[in-house]
Amino acid sequence: MAFTIPKENYNGKVYEVELGVGDRAIKIGGESTLPFLSFEGEMPNRPSIAIEIQDLPPNDWPDTVKKVYEKVSSNPVAWAKFCQDELKADAVALRLISTHPDQKDTKPEDAAKLVSEVLNVISIPVIILGSEHIEKDIAVLKTVAETAKGKNCIIGKAQEENHKTIAAVAMANEHKLIAMSQLDVNLAKQLNILLTQMGFVKERILTDPMSSALGYGLEYTYSVMERIRLAALQQNDGAMQPPLVCDIGKNVWKTKETIAAEAELPEWGSLEERGIIWEAMTAAGMIMAGANLLVMRHPKAIELTKKLIEELR
Amino acid sequence: MALSGVEIFKHLPKTNCKKCGFPTCLAFAMKLAAKGVSIDACPDISEEAKKLLGEASAPPIRLITIGAGDKAVKVGEEVVLFRHDKKFFNPCGFAVAIKDTESSDEIKKKIEAVKTSEIDRVGQKLRVEMIAVTDAANDPAKFASVVKNVVDSAPGVPLILHSMNPSVIEAGLALCADKRPLIYAATNENAEAMAKLAKDKKCPLAIYANGLDALTSLSEKVKGLGVEDIVLDSGARKAKDMLEHFTMIRRSAVKKSFKPFGYPVIAFANRDDSMMEALIAGIGVMKYASIIVLSSIEKWKMLSLLTLRQNIYTDPQVPMQVEQKIYKVGEATDKSPVIVTTNFSLTYFIVRGEIENSKVPCWLAILDVEGLSVLTAWAAGKFSPAKIAAFVKESGIEKTVSHKEVIIPGYVAVLSGSLEEKLGEGWKVVVGPREANALPAFLKSRGA
Ligand code: B12
Ligand code: SF4
Repeated sequence: MAFTIPKENYNGKVYEVELGVGDRAIKIGGESTLPFLSFEGEMPNRPSIAIEIQDLPPNDWPDTVKKVYEKVSSNPVAWAKFCQDELKADAVALRLISTHPDQKDTKPEDAAKLVSEVLNVISIPVIILGSEHIEKDIAVLKTVAETAKGKNCIIGKAQEENHKTIAAVAMANEHKLIAMSQLDVNLAKQLNILLTQMGFVKERILTDPMSSALGYGLEYTYSVMERIRLAALQQNDGAMQPPLVCDIGKNVWKTKETIAAEAELPEWGSLEERGIIWEAMTAAGMIMAGANLLVMRHPKAIELTKKLIEELR
Repeated sequence: MALSGVEIFKHLPKTNCKKCGFPTCLAFAMKLAAKGVSIDACPDISEEAKKLLGEASAPPIRLITIGAGDKAVKVGEEVVLFRHDKKFFNPCGFAVAIKDTESSDEIKKKIEAVKTSEIDRVGQKLRVEMIAVTDAANDPAKFASVVKNVVDSAPGVPLILHSMNPSVIEAGLALCADKRPLIYAATNENAEAMAKLAKDKKCPLAIYANGLDALTSLSEKVKGLGVEDIVLDSGARKAKDMLEHFTMIRRSAVKKSFKPFGYPVIAFANRDDSMMEALIAGIGVMKYASIIVLSSIEKWKMLSLLTLRQNIYTDPQVPMQVEQKIYKVGEATDKSPVIVTTNFSLTYFIVRGEIENSKVPCWLAILDVEGLSVLTAWAAGKFSPAKIAAFVKESGIEKTVSHKEVIIPGYVAVLSGSLEEKLGEGWKVVVGPREANALPAFLKSRGA
């Protein structure tokens, strides 16, 4: 019996999306195959990784990752520059966490001022994330989207309850949009359909299937993503073809595995390595399931993930 | 190729005698096609038909057992490419490689690491299952002495005997053949000698070839030499080759019934950088490796790999869950607090673990919400005040404790008023912290 390569015939393809402006702009998506299967299709762009920063000192991040940013994290502008210049980030994801009513309830105008300062000091693409508070995000993302006009940012996250307004401002100011739904193929599809029905250009959508960390629901995200990707490729389903974004840092760095001291749990081994591998392994899971853009925190975990991506290409 | 029910039906006696427990032969055939019953349930089927159908209904990837006794590892028998299509059945086995040139100190440490590798996660005991003794000295006596060392100091741990030299393997086998080690590996050059050893000693045999064409012919050759239990190695060592080869092998077996690839796959993940090695092994876990050989097994590394394996191999249709009941944690008495949460295994074991950490004995009331987490169950209407109240009342906890107070998870604080109402006169609902890791401080501060 002779071996013949078992190829699948796909008729669909993931949209290619450009982020940022100028020579530091990046492209993601565009593949016509499952991740890294070069024998049956193209994967023109490697998955990119954005480093997460926020507008408050990261007091609730575990030490392993907090200490890396010790010198810069009290100043989001310096923090962003550090990610670009020292860590050679592909992109930065600025989370406006302080705008949440339970945090500082920062006013949209103040958030916008910070966004414009950050945009002034760095030239890599910026992802601007709200605090995931449905109502507050409407006001905050509207104002910051206007401020960031012309920078081809990614604005997020639009959820079912607030997608109309957020999509409208993203469109008016020519940004890309993250549409997040709750770990369900049909919900993800439905939200994308709602967006296109209101006139949002579908090639500007990025789908966030809702991430989860290794050991805490990773398998749900993994399978939802595999199913979305198969629908995009096999059924040529336009509503399933946006690139996939996984916002993993915030899920990973709250798990006990990234926090508990070795003295407390000797059977879990060294805390430093454990935290880093927890984020890198989660990232590996997401890229195998089809992620095009990851939002991560620890530089060492990012470096490992990039090395893995290189080896997979 | 899997046969349809109708095709199977053609080969059955067609008497509808019902001895198989089904009303008709056709019904039996349908069940057989869905792999929900064994062909042996029909006593009247001809030997000829049985052989034919047996082959057709055999799983596309052969089940291989490595080792003997209760620590034996079973791999293979997978039927899908994506876990959401059904599930992945037999979790891949991890092995740590021990070279016969390593110092006795290093060897001792690795054996110890294997023996103490077990962790308890979400109620399952997970560990590094195997040891691969690797020939680096090309000296049968040296190899045998390390095999002996391992057999003696890690009894029951399944072995992989790794050498391309049949006389080295033979020396190792002399000490452990009855323990069914995996022989690694037959190549085009040594196939006859290795196949003979595997057959004589009734051990599974891994085959190594460079690339999938060569692997196909070697697989057929070894099978032709009478070996049934085969494990495949296509020489893939880079992440890209692993992913592509393993995908092609699994697809060929599952979708094309390509017999030469109807066996489990072995992956070698060794890297100088242990973190990188972990990620490479992770690719193997997700993408179809059945055995993964590592060069080191630090605890942090295995925690991540064993957790990934557990995630990938859980049943996507049925979340892991525990029984609905009131669990006694520690030496709980009539004064001990009553804590309510859901029966999702992950939730239960996290909360239980933190209660144990607190050293405050408690009653843990676990409500059946079909295995959903607290917020998911709440959002799905399954962790509702009415359901919690009914369960607390029916559980009989009122007779066990002398107080009327329950503690609920912080994430569902909104339930408290309505729950108090539903529980009725005298009941008090206390809102706990959101994250379970704040439970010890919370419980201690209440001075229970
Ligand atoms: C995985 C997941 C799913 C999986 C289910 C997994 C499962 N078996 O439960 C799936 C994909 C099926 C799912 C479905 C849905 N989900 Co869901 N899901 C999640 C996700 C990502 C993780 C949940 C999880 O596993 N947590 C881990 C466990 C251990 O957490 P836990 O049970 O809460 O326990 C913790 C604490 O509560 C505490 N704790 C537990 N008990 C107790 C007791 C006491 C006394 C104390 C003090 C503490 C305590 O300890 C634990 C650790 O700290 C979360 C988002 C997130 N990242 O949290 C959303 C989430 C829970 N889902 C959500 C929703 C809305 C849904 C759906 C309704 C979506 C939909 N519209 O279809 C469906 C409903 C399901 C159904 N059957 O209808 C929402 C809930 C929103 C809300 N605030 O109510 C969340 C929060 C996502 C979001 N941000 O919107 N989901
Ligand atoms: S036992 Fe065999 S012959 Fe009888 S009904 Fe079942 S399948 Fe038909």
